[in-house]
Amino acid sequence: MPSTVRDLELDLDAFEGPFDLLLTLLLKDALEPAEIDMAAIVVSFVERLAARDELDLDACGEFLVLFSALLELKARGLFPDEAAELAELEPEEAAEELARRLAEYRRMKEAAAWLVDRLAGERDRFFRLGPAPLQPQPERQLAPQAPAALAEALRGLAAEPPKVSLAHMALRFPPVSQFVARFRALLSRRRLFDFDVEVSALSRVEQAVAFLALLELRKAGEVALSQAAPFAPIRVARAGAARAREAGAAHDEERTPQWTAARSA
Amino acid sequence: MDSRPLRLIAANPVDALARVVEALLVVATAPLSVAEIAEAAADDPERVETALGLLGERYRDGRSGIVLERVAGGYALRAAREAAEACARLFERPVERGLSQAALETVAIVAYLGPVSRPEIARIRGVSADSAVASLVERGLIAEAGREAGPGGAVRYRVTALFERVFGLESLAALPRLDDLGDGTEAIRERLHAVAEARAS
Repeated sequence: MPSTVRDLELDLDAFEGPFDLLLTLLLKDALEPAEIDMAAIVVSFVERLAARDELDLDACGEFLVLFSALLELKARGLFPDEAAELAELEPEEAAEELARRLAEYRRMKEAAAWLVDRLAGERDRFFRLGPAPLQPQPERQLAPQAPAALAEALRGLAAEPPKVSLAHMALRFPPVSQFVARFRALLSRRRLFDFDVEVSALSRVEQAVAFLALLELRKAGEVALSQAAPFAPIRVARAGAARAREAGAAHDEERTPQWTAARSA
Repeated sequence: MDSRPLRLIAANPVDALARVVEALLVVATAPLSVAEIAEAAADDPERVETALGLLGERYRDGRSGIVLERVAGGYALRAAREAAEACARLFERPVERGLSQAALETVAIVAYLGPVSRPEIARIRGVSADSAVASLVERGLIAEAGREAGPGGAVRYRVTALFERVFGLESLAALPRLDDLGDGTEAIRERLHAVAEARAS
């Protein structure tokens, strides 16, 4: 459900439309962040989640990221940029402002010194301390309780807690060297291969170890890695083969320049 | 056995009220205003003030181990100064123990400018006031007093009656005038210019 967040329809006082359009307008300064009711956006999202009757963690994560960025944007807008204001001052004005602030602080420092003297003079005054007697005592408001419900709750507490799974402690990691040998053998037969295809049948743990092996091979200068785009398949080539390909097809670099991690041997 | 009340106070039309006021001041742990005493005693504020005058005469320094003082906008009983050493051996005054310079400057700012927010305190002192404010709130010397106007307004703080009591102030009006403290802007400006010229030469 990747569109849960961006397609979220909003009906706010200052805006009506999908969430991603709101973000676009805010980033283009077409809308004032202070005018946006943040709580209403959260309510809309939660209502949408509730309507779907399932917890979509991906959508929640995406919403949290986007919404926190939005909150930061609004928070920044609410506070004046004092540093920028000071930077606009002329030297004379800045000196005047500095003198004013120093004088203000100096007075407070003197006031603090006066309080210290005062405190020293009052050290022999002892009096009773305690909570204000006239303060109304807070009353604990308990909802009406049914004995049966209380017993049920206690029964739940008395039940044996579920056993904590320790399955993850038995996880065995295949050695990195096993994958290093496997990839070397592969590259002795072929000049290049797709990492994703090779590891697709493996478990997540094995895939992670295989990736570490790949990094080891690249560190040793034995392979060159390239990726057309973020999250695209990782292509693994023999280091020598990669150099030959780079020399013969320089124009390819324009397509994948920033994601090519070929290491010059 | 004689059940007549102990005549601590000279015969006076407000004798009975004075005994009630005396009792209220004994049980109170914070200064009581005339209005609060009058409400609790169910009596007239003017008569309460007269009764307080009688008690003030009875409980004054040098005459009793207890002293009636006017502090923090109200009336309270405290130990006589001559008993201070004995009191100090019995217990300490934890509220003001270990007050840092930062906390003293912060409480001075709150006393003079309050209600004032943390960002405003930090602007005057030039450093963050978070820990000083937290320490003062914990000691009960300052307390929250609403928020600044506008959306997301910062919490503002004011000094408490305990602050006035600890520092022995009848009210905040007993603080010295701010204009009488520290150098004026003019003097600081002249010193700034003098330093700038000295560096330039």
